Amino acid sequence: MTTQEMGHHSAPRMSFLNDPVIRGIIYQVVVAAILVGFIAWIIGNTAANLAAQNKSTGFDFLWRTAGFDISFSLLPWSRGSYYWEAFLVGLINTLLVAVIGIVFATILGFTIGIARLSTNFIISSLATVYIEVIRNIPLLLQLFFWYFAVLKAMPAVRNSIELPFESYINQRGIFVPKPLPDEQFGFVWVGLLLALVAIYFLRRWAKTRLEATGQRFPVFLTSLVLLVGVTALVWFVSGASVAFDPPVLERFNFRGGLALPPEFVALAFGLTIYTAAFIAETVRAGVLAVSHGQTEAAQSLGLKEGDRLRLVIVPQAMRVIVPPLTSQYLNLTKNSSLGAAIGYPELVNVFAGTSLNQTGRAIECIAITMMVYLSFSLLTSAIMNWYNARVRLVER
Amino acid sequence: MQKQLVTLAASAVLSLSAVSAQAAILDDVKAKGYLQCGVTGGVPGFSAPDSNNVWAGLEVDFCRAMAAAIFNDADAVRFTSLTSQERFTALSAGEVDVLSRTTTWTMSRDTQLGISFVGTMFYDGQGFMVRVEDGIESALDLSGAAICIESGTTTELNAADYFAANGMDFNTVVFVDQDEVVKAYEDGRCDVYTTDSSALAAERSKFANPDDHEILPEIISKEPLGPVVRAGDTQWFNLARWTYFALLEAEELGVSSANVDEMLGSDNPAIKRLLGVEGDFGTPLGVTKDWAYQIVKTVGNYAEIYNKHVGPDTPIGLERGLNALWRDGGIQYSAPIR
Repeated sequence: MTTQEMGHHSAPRMSFLNDPVIRGIIYQVVVAAILVGFIAWIIGNTAANLAAQNKSTGFDFLWRTAGFDISFSLLPWSRGSYYWEAFLVGLINTLLVAVIGIVFATILGFTIGIARLSTNFIISSLATVYIEVIRNIPLLLQLFFWYFAVLKAMPAVRNSIELPFESYINQRGIFVPKPLPDEQFGFVWVGLLLALVAIYFLRRWAKTRLEATGQRFPVFLTSLVLLVGVTALVWFVSGASVAFDPPVLERFNFRGGLALPPEFVALAFGLTIYTAAFIAETVRAGVLAVSHGQTEAAQSLGLKEGDRLRLVIVPQAMRVIVPPLTSQYLNLTKNSSLGAAIGYPELVNVFAGTSLNQTGRAIECIAITMMVYLSFSLLTSAIMNWYNARVRLVER
Repeated sequence: MQKQLVTLAASAVLSLSAVSAQAAILDDVKAKGYLQCGVTGGVPGFSAPDSNNVWAGLEVDFCRAMAAAIFNDADAVRFTSLTSQERFTALSAGEVDVLSRTTTWTMSRDTQLGISFVGTMFYDGQGFMVRVEDGIESALDLSGAAICIESGTTTELNAADYFAANGMDFNTVVFVDQDEVVKAYEDGRCDVYTTDSSALAAERSKFANPDDHEILPEIISKEPLGPVVRAGDTQWFNLARWTYFALLEAEELGVSSANVDEMLGSDNPAIKRLLGVEGDFGTPLGVTKDWAYQIVKTVGNYAEIYNKHVGPDTPIGLERGLNALWRDGGIQYSAPIR
C-alpha cells in the first residue's frame, strides 16, 4: 500500500524507471526470458548435435517390438511385446518392490525405534547396534551381500528345501502353489468388502458413543469376529472353492505355481533392512520429542498404559515423525533403482538399461525414466503431506 | 547406480558439447597427445589388465596399433573401461576416440546410432556354457533353463530369438555388469551362461575349476566384433580401417615385429608400399609415411596379436578358424595397400 502511495505521489517527478513496482516487473520479465532462452538453447543444441551425428531421435521406438526376455513380470510378456510394454513391466516391478519395501520397512522401523527406547539394556543395545551398522554401510554393498549370500546359502534345484504345502525354496527362488479360485469365489470377496464396511461404521458408532457416554465398546474384538465370521459364512454358503496349482520339478526348475525370484527377495529385503534403520531413528526422535509432562498428565487423568500411548503420546509424536518419514519413503523408492545391479528387472534395468541400449535412444529413455521417479516422488510427497495435515496438532 | 550416472553424465555431455563431432578427431587426438580407447571391464584375451596392471588383449592391441600409427608410440593410449550399456553413449559424447570393446556389428547400430563400424577384428558367434554335471549335450536340451545374460547386448536378443524359434521356454537373469553375470552363474543362479563363444572361453579360463564347465557345440548367431568410431569423420574412419588392414596385410606378406627391419630392404613392391619405402600412403591418412612400419614394429601383425592373446597356446586356446587369413581358409581379408 505504501509503495502505491509513494508511486502516486512522486509520479510527476520520477522517471518510470525509478518506480520500484515497474522495476520489479522488468527484472522478473528479464529473468524469465533468460531462463526460457536457456532452455530453448539446450533443446535446440541437443537436437542439432543429434542430427549432426546422424542419430535417430524421437519416441516412435516405443511402438517397436522389443525382442528380449524379461524374467519377472506381473503383466503378460513375450519377446514380441512392444517397448512401451517393457516400460510398463519395469514400472510395475519398481512399484511392487517399493510398496512392499515401504510396508515392511515401516513395521520394522517402528519396532526397532521403540526397542531402542526400551529400558531393557539388551533390547536397546541390540537396536542401537542394528541401526549403527546398517546405516553406515552403503546400500549397494548390502544388496550385493544379501543377493550373493542368499544364493550361496541356498541349495541347488535338485536339493530344494521342501516346505509345508508343497512349497520349495532353492537358488532359483521361492516356489509356492498358485491358488486358482473358482467363479463362486467372487462372493467371498463381496463378503469381505461388506465386513470391512460394517467395521468402519462400527468404529464410528463406538467413537461417538465413547465421547457421548464415556462407555467403551470392544471394537477390536468385534471387528475381528465380523471379518472372519462374515467371510467364512459367505464362503460356506456360496460353496466357493479354491484349487491349487503346485510347482512341479522339471529338468531344470519348478514349473507352475507362484515363483519369487531371489533378485526380488534380496532387493526387497535389502531395502527394508536399510530403510528401517533410518525410520527407527525418526521414530525415536518423534517419541523423545513428546515431553515427559504429557505422560505424567495422562497418568494423572487415570489413562491406562495402552491408551496413554495411543491417545496422547503417538498422535503428538506423529507430528514430528511424518515429514522425515516421507523422505525415507522417497529414498526407498529411488534406491530401488539399485536393483539393476543384482539383476532385478525394475525400471532402470529394463527401460533405461536394455531398452536404451537396444534402441540407442539415450536421451529419450533417460528423460522418461527421470519423469517417472519425479512423479513417484511428488505423488508420495502429496499423499504424505495430506496425512501430515491430518495428524498435525489441531489448535483450538 | 554409478553406471547409470555415467550414462546420464554422458548424455548430458552429448547434449551440451558444441558441434565438435564435425571437427577433425585426428587433430584433437594429436593435440592432446594420446588416444582415448574404450574397452571392456575385463574380458581376458580381448581387453583386461594383465598381472602388471597393464591393459592387454586383442582389442587393446588394435588401439595400440592406432597410437603407433599416429604417435609412433604404442603406449600413447589411455583406456576407459565401459559397460556394454555405456559404450555407445560414451563414444558419441566424445569420451572415447575409438571403441574397441567386443562390439557386434549390426545394421541398426551402424545406421541409427551415429557410429561407424571399422571392420571385423574377430569373427565370433554366440554360444552356451553349462555345468558338466548337468549332463546337457545340446542347446536344444535347454528348455526351461535359467540363463544369465549381460544387459544391452545382441546376446540378449539372440537368446530370445533362438528359444522362440525352437519353441522352448527359458528364464533370463539380466545384469548390468559382466562380473555379476559370471558370479551369478558360478553361484548356481543360472544353468546357462551365454555370450560370444570367445568370451565364454575367456571367462572359463578364469574359473577355479574350468573343467567343471563345458561349452555346447551350437553357435546360434553371427557376431562380427570390431572397432567403432563416430560417424561423419572420414579421415578418422579411414585411419582406423587401414590400421586394421595393415595388421592383416603385414601377416599376409610375412612381415612381423621380429623381421620388420630386415623387410625394409625387401624387393617385394607390396612390402615396400606397406612399410613406406616406396610411395607415401601415410600422409593422406594424416599420419607419417612409415605408419605401418611403426604398427608392425611396436605391436606386431594380426597373427602375432591373435596368438599372443587368444591363440591355441594361451589359456583361452581359440583356433584361428574363421579368423585365419583368406588364403588359409578363414575370412580375414585386407583390401590391397596401393
